[in-house]
Amino acid sequence: MTLRSALSYAKGLVSAKEGLHHWVLQRLTALALIPITLWFVISIIGLVGTGYNEFTYWLDKPVNATLMILFVAISFYHAQLGMQVIFEDYISNQSRKMSCVITVKFGCYLLMALSIFSILKIAIGG
Amino acid sequence: MSTASRPLSPHLQVYRLPLTALLSITHRITGVGLTVGTLLLSYWLTSAAYGPDAYANATAFIGSWFGYLCLLGFSVCLFYHLCNGIRHLFWDAGKYFEIPETARINWVVIIATVVLTAVAWFVALT
Repeated sequence: MTLRSALSYAKGLVSAKEGLHHWVLQRLTALALIPITLWFVISIIGLVGTGYNEFTYWLDKPVNATLMILFVAISFYHAQLGMQVIFEDYISNQSRKMSCVITVKFGCYLLMALSIFSILKIAIGG
Repeated sequence: MSTASRPLSPHLQVYRLPLTALLSITHRITGVGLTVGTLLLSYWLTSAAYGPDAYANATAFIGSWFGYLCLLGFSVCLFYHLCNGIRHLFWDAGKYFEIPETARINWVVIIATVVLTAVAWFVALT
């Protein structure tokens, strides 16, 4: 699937870089996060005051585990896209900009993997 | 008369930001806040995967006054970024660009953020 229209190719309006892909993914992840965030907030409110047993019992449910994995995965993906734009806009020094972008991307994917593994461990291994 | 020390363009120090611009930069600031907040989210999920003792430590930290302060900041950032993010999606679709509409939606975003945060905390704590 291409995100570019045939007309934009015909007019020569096509980006030579990855900007469009980044832009579209930031909006698509934002759209996906609207319902998932509402689910997350309502779930967290329901979990207030509960302990380890209640939480792991709740996360053991396939729907809860799946939505939590999606929430974590899409949130971290959206976060690293957004942080990249902020660094690109405000840091003019090229090497400093690149090191900030790469550091935050590595950090986001590390925490994403850690969180998803933890959810799976509770839901499958718990 | 020397003109050398005059500002070259409307700069942040001499230019009163319109509300729309303030809300725009707040969207980025809350995005950074949410990215930092994902550390807490990861810590909470990972602690549950480590077991009851680690989870008790995590919830003790989250239940402390500093933890509550973090949660309050995280919830404000989350609701603001959610509400203003929906407005950004409408802007991306080419809607609500007229100044009276923008000025009205500024207040819709601000009030929705306050109401959602207040309702979430009220329901969670009662």
